[in-house]
Amino acid sequence: MISIRNLSHQIGGAPILTDISLDLPRGKISALIGPNGAGKSTLLSLIARLEKLQGGSVIVGNLTVGSCSNRELAKHLSILPQMPDQVPRLCVRDLVSFGRYPYHQGRPTADDEAAVEHALAVFGLTGLAKRSVDELSGGQRQRAQIAMTFAQDTEYMLLDEPLNNLDIAGARSLMALLRDLADNHGKTIVIVLHDINYASRYADWLVAMHDGQIAVEGAPAQTVTSDLLRDVFQTDADIQHIDGLPIVMV
Amino acid sequence: MTRWYWAGGFALAFLSFISIFVGVIDLSFGDLWRDPEALRLIGISRFPRTIAAVIAGGTLAVAGCVMQMLVRNRFVEPMTAGTGQGAALGILVVTILTPQASIFLKMSLASVTALVTSLGFLAIVRRLPPTQPLLVPLIGLVYGGLIGAAVVFVAYQADLLQFISVWLNGEFSGVLRGRYELLWLAAAGAALTYFAADQFAIVGMGQAVTTSLGLNYKQVVLVGLIAISLISALTVVTVGIIPFVGLVVPNIISRLFGDNLRRTLPLVAMMGASLTLGSDIAGRLIRFPFEVPVGTVLGVVGAAIFLWLLYRTPRYA
Ligand SMILES: Nc1ncnc2c1ncn2[C@@H]1O[C@H](COP(=O)(O)OP(=O)(O)OP(=O)(O)O)[C@@H](O)[C@H]1O
Ligand SMILES: [Mg+2]
Repeated sequence: MISIRNLSHQIGGAPILTDISLDLPRGKISALIGPNGAGKSTLLSLIARLEKLQGGSVIVGNLTVGSCSNRELAKHLSILPQMPDQVPRLCVRDLVSFGRYPYHQGRPTADDEAAVEHALAVFGLTGLAKRSVDELSGGQRQRAQIAMTFAQDTEYMLLDEPLNNLDIAGARSLMALLRDLADNHGKTIVIVLHDINYASRYADWLVAMHDGQIAVEGAPAQTVTSDLLRDVFQTDADIQHIDGLPIVMV
Repeated sequence: MTRWYWAGGFALAFLSFISIFVGVIDLSFGDLWRDPEALRLIGISRFPRTIAAVIAGGTLAVAGCVMQMLVRNRFVEPMTAGTGQGAALGILVVTILTPQASIFLKMSLASVTALVTSLGFLAIVRRLPPTQPLLVPLIGLVYGGLIGAAVVFVAYQADLLQFISVWLNGEFSGVLRGRYELLWLAAAGAALTYFAADQFAIVGMGQAVTTSLGLNYKQVVLVGLIAISLISALTVVTVGIIPFVGLVVPNIISRLFGDNLRRTLPLVAMMGASLTLGSDIAGRLIRFPFEVPVGTVLGVVGAAIFLWLLYRTPRYA
């Protein structure tokens, strides 16, 4: 479980997150939704200790973020950032291999290599393994980045808009893979999504953020309502129910 | 990849062989057997000069490569962005305060000032908008130029202008046995960076990736800066500032082979050594029996190679 207590964050005096307390269930997929600038990425960076905690506490499993060892946390929690700051000049296989770094510290074992090959295969990258990441298409690049996070093989995975640039087949197979990881391998996954339909179809738990606060949380079937769309997203869209699942008519 | 290591090693061995036999005093391969003076010449001058060019070129290329990873900008190198000038400032200060100081003391203080000026450069770069990568080398040039100007001014006041021209303009013609051995320390330093090759490659992907892979970002950056400063200080103390190698070589290697430093650093070192040694040999031959400084040759050769590479389609291994 990821427990967040009284988390607040400011950048240059401007409040970005205010007093967030949240429990994200273990072994489930939690989807973070909310309009642009709501603070989703900031929340994820704080959980993943990419930004320093200013106020409040975050506990991932039994590790307290900020006081546990950085290297220890890297074996339990991985993050796919929203925009990797710069595209590296590495071939796909080398990039994915760096995901194993927390385990081998530069001396990969046969297990590490097998994990890399597995990650390449899972994301359909085996044929692209020798291509340089900066020469790939946007979606292929995104898949390579996700494969690197996947190769890190951590119990907790934070994914910031992983569906960016993916085609429908790629998006669906990624969500199905995450489902499998949660259901059959006990992984706890937190995913930022903009497409609410993906959230209601694949996530177990939905957290809607607005203006640096939690607006609503709950199971998708109860949470996705036209009130949510109006209050949180300021948009009027119809919601239909198919097989009990709320679907937003875009 | 292995075959590129072989090619690099072969080129370097070939150039070293040539370097031993090129110079004002005529020396042929046969003389080695006939003439004991020939061996003396090699031992005192030609061999030290060759080794100095190889080590200085190789280590500066490695330092440039590491710096480009730390700053995350491909257009910087220690010799133009303040590190080399900082080292010269350190030597100058020691020379003024304690003229009798040992070369070791000079080197130590030069490393410290080089580290301080590099940290200063990094602090400035962090404030620049990431959307304008060309600002970084521009600021580096201004920053390095300012420190260089300070060095010249202080030297002028202390009547040491002749001294500093030796440090500010790199040259191998003064290298003799007994005057270059400190460079072996630089070679050791560059060899040590190889153990952190993965960490520098990871830092090159940014602070977020570095942290999420469990590394301490600031610590890796500091270790890298110390290595760069040490290499720069040792080079400046022994042969002076040699520009361009640290800029051109890592760019060429990165374009051809990517940025997995564990694989590319040996190539960077070999190519830096070959380029510097080749330029030094050319400098000895162009206006024979006079010498053209290695920095001048490097400027022309480096710019030409760089342009050629910019327009060539990249290939990755
Ligand atoms: N480095 C920064 N400096 C100043 N403000 C920032 C910075 N990073 C984020 N912010 C502000 O913090 C707020 C939350 O940003 P955040 O990136 O967390 O939003 P988000 O919910 O992920 O949005 P999106 O859906 O667009 O990715 C925004 O108002 C943003 O402008
Ligand atoms: Mg975001």
